[in-house]
Amino acid sequence: MHDLSVAALALGLRNRDFSSTELTRHCLQRIRALDPHYNSFISVDEVGALDAARQADTRLAAGEKAPLLGIPLAHKDIFCTSGLRTSCGSKMLDNFVPPYDATVTRRLRDAGTVLLGKTNMDEFAMGSSSETSFYGSSRNPWDTSRVPGGSSGGSAAAVAARLAPLATGTDTGGSIRQPAAFCGITGLKPTYGRVSRLGMVAYASSLDQGGPMARSAEDCALLLNAIAGFDPQDSTSSEQPVEDYTAQLAQPLSGLRIGLPREYFGEGLEQATGERIRAALALLEQQGATLVDIALPHTGLSIPTYYIIAPAEASTNLSRYDGVRYGHRCENPRNLHDLYTRSRQEGFGDEVKRRILVGTYALSAGYYDAYYRKAQQVRRLIRQDFLDAFTDVDVIAGPTTPGPAFGLGAKTNDPVAMYLEDVYTLAVNLAGLPAMSVPAGQVNGLPVGLQLIGQHFDESRLLNVAHQLQQASDWHLQSPPEAGL
Amino acid sequence: MNWEVVIGLEVHLQLATQSKIFSGAATRFGAEPNTQACAVDLAMPGMLPVLNEQAVRYAVMFGLGIGAEIGLRSVFDRKNYFYPDLPKGYQISQFQEPIVGRGHFDIQLEDGSVRRIGITRAHLEEDAGKSLHEDFHDQTGIDLNRAGTPLLEIVSEPDLRSAEEAVAYLKTLHSLVTSLGISDGNMAEGSMRCDINLSLRPAGSDTLGTRAEIKNVNSFRFVEKAIHHEVERQADILESGGKVVQETRLYDADRDETRSMRSKEVANDYRYFPEPDLLPIVIEQSWVDSIRARLPELPAARRERFIADYGLGAYDATVLAAERPLAEFYEAVAKGCGDAKIAANWVQVELLGQLNRNDLQLSESPVDAPALAALLQRILDGSISGKIGKQVFEAMWAGEGDADSIIEARGLRQVSDSSALQAMVAEVIRDNPEQVAQYLAADETRRKKLSGFFVGQIMKLSRGQANPQMVSNLLNEQLADAGENGDT
Repeated sequence: MHDLSVAALALGLRNRDFSSTELTRHCLQRIRALDPHYNSFISVDEVGALDAARQADTRLAAGEKAPLLGIPLAHKDIFCTSGLRTSCGSKMLDNFVPPYDATVTRRLRDAGTVLLGKTNMDEFAMGSSSETSFYGSSRNPWDTSRVPGGSSGGSAAAVAARLAPLATGTDTGGSIRQPAAFCGITGLKPTYGRVSRLGMVAYASSLDQGGPMARSAEDCALLLNAIAGFDPQDSTSSEQPVEDYTAQLAQPLSGLRIGLPREYFGEGLEQATGERIRAALALLEQQGATLVDIALPHTGLSIPTYYIIAPAEASTNLSRYDGVRYGHRCENPRNLHDLYTRSRQEGFGDEVKRRILVGTYALSAGYYDAYYRKAQQVRRLIRQDFLDAFTDVDVIAGPTTPGPAFGLGAKTNDPVAMYLEDVYTLAVNLAGLPAMSVPAGQVNGLPVGLQLIGQHFDESRLLNVAHQLQQASDWHLQSPPEAGL
Repeated sequence: MNWEVVIGLEVHLQLATQSKIFSGAATRFGAEPNTQACAVDLAMPGMLPVLNEQAVRYAVMFGLGIGAEIGLRSVFDRKNYFYPDLPKGYQISQFQEPIVGRGHFDIQLEDGSVRRIGITRAHLEEDAGKSLHEDFHDQTGIDLNRAGTPLLEIVSEPDLRSAEEAVAYLKTLHSLVTSLGISDGNMAEGSMRCDINLSLRPAGSDTLGTRAEIKNVNSFRFVEKAIHHEVERQADILESGGKVVQETRLYDADRDETRSMRSKEVANDYRYFPEPDLLPIVIEQSWVDSIRARLPELPAARRERFIADYGLGAYDATVLAAERPLAEFYEAVAKGCGDAKIAANWVQVELLGQLNRNDLQLSESPVDAPALAALLQRILDGSISGKIGKQVFEAMWAGEGDADSIIEARGLRQVSDSSALQAMVAEVIRDNPEQVAQYLAADETRRKKLSGFFVGQIMKLSRGQANPQMVSNLLNEQLADAGENGDT
């Protein structure tokens, strides 16, 4: 059962081959048996899941045919879930049980999905390896001595290990795409504003975007259908009408122009990874796509730009965690200052503190113009690079990461080396564009991801290209060895 | 040294929206602590602000009311600082691009002169909650009901030169915003709070001195006292050769003094930056125009109308036109009784007098406009005298009923029945032959004085209800008759 796609599971449920309760039990059993090897879940909600499965079975029995009805999934622990702890990977929120659902959570609940639990992540989504989690690192199912990527590492590992057929993630600078690449799954970061941010714990508000993580483009499309759309409670969500993201999947690629930014294939890209990416592109070419060399001249500036804007926004987004109303509060505060400093000192990990400090500095009087304002100007240039490129091409393609998953602990003492991991993914968030990572083969038994970048609100085209690649290849069907077997 | 006082005021005005500026929670004053704070107000994780359009409309109305440029594009910023009553750790405010730009309005001083005061800007922001220091045994309670209440911060130019001008400015502003209906202006409940920026400079100088800011002065009287106190303090410093420190001070009404809160050198760096959770406010000129077309009448225009239509004097017109509720009350009385001048008199003297004595708001008046108009009609139609009218008004105030039923119950109707009055006049003449003789012997001037005695006696006899005009006529007739009879 755990090898089936979401579309196949939905069919099985409708045909009564198995019930949602059986499917959910199966997933819960796998999580119980296997997740100790991956640490991909922070919380597992067996009671809630079985309850939701029973309700889904009732609806299925009544003949309801909602596409995700009865399908189990996992949420990144950044999405608020009413009555279920939402920790955001932090000690600060270890005791936080929201009284409300995120819009994404609510829509998926309404769609009849079964929530298995909440997945591990870098603390407050700050990291590229899931190692900054208060709950310990997640591990890559392909090699448990390696990271699954981050920050949505738990979701990627859970899907790759086939503990859950679907998961949600969030992507602020690559946090869906990079772990998808490292774990050999398919992940989509939608256009900024496509998916509501309400109830998604904020890291960097102008960059954060939730999206689907699954084993195929088709499964991603099914999940995106359920979560995309305008939300009157998120002022930055878009009123652009939502498409049926499965409708264009079968479209042939003939005539498609794919831009290859030379900056994504230069120094820094590991040779073997580059070869896999070119092989995947050749497959697309065989299906009628044209490959065009393009330039994104400001790519190199995306790392410094991102690491000003994201920490600046984070530094104030995280001010609310002050020990006053919810979350971690130090023992016996002597006075207000002591309450603030000790609660935050104890509640936040090092990477979070590092970004709060950087962001506070960048916004300080006397530094604002040199850092934050300048970064916003460069951000506009980066966005313009893409808009210029899209006058000649339909999608842009390149590697998701410079190489495959690195070892646990390999970069934890060198934050800058860790930040360089995001060189191909950050610009997309700065420009607000949709992008995917799609499995493109392996290097030494470790998956490599092909990144596809689309124009604003052109998710259908990205999913179409990814689906066509997956029709012509079997990289997305390869599974890691079962841990412990 | 002769010092010139330079004052600029920052007023935080709570806008009278039903719900908060960025959430759906209610804004009612005085609710149980933390019963009007939703997840957004509590800054729960993942919560997002959604702008209340009514707050924007009110800000635009204010801008139009002061002839200001309206920012068709304005931007919210985060103002960052930690305080327990500020749940997000930042206040959403407007810094670089406010919704209301430069404007002005005129203030009238007691000597009748008029001064034009510039408004630098006005911007939208959210109010903070309240820290409650009492009743918690060395701990502090936090009430977030107020958190997220929409505020319009109105910043004046440093155009004010005295406490009197500052108070006149605030009263005019109060009158403007209540007339617009954008705020209840209730200072006691904190709907209008004032920060005073004050500096001194040698008279004739055109450079500004170092200023101190006095925070949160919440009544007209305290504004006046705080300014007097601060002028004295700064003058003492300057005259003894010292320098005024730029700082924030707090006015302590109990001790009538200002004291230092914090020096600006160690002040917060607020790290303003554009709020990424909200899009810039972009409004259409046509929307502004439609708001302009529906603006209620403003005090200055109303004052002119009262002078032109009702023939009121400048002073009466200013008082009655200042606040919309009073103006509406006055107009209802004037129309109801049919005499604008007597209505002006009674509203100002009797009604406002009673309200002041009892420390009541107009809305709490036990006598409403139709009731007062009905009373004035009885004076105008001669049923009662003005003097009796005051008695009736007091009885109405005490809740004894409407004018007619009080007049009836107390038998206060003016005696205008000439036969009854004839009899009373005859009785007084008969009972006072000595005074009659004196009267008849006197010349014209003395007669006028002496007739007052007879009138007094007649009024006494009628318990004040005799129609004075008729008494006077009948008395003159009968005394003349008495003279003729005596001669023959």
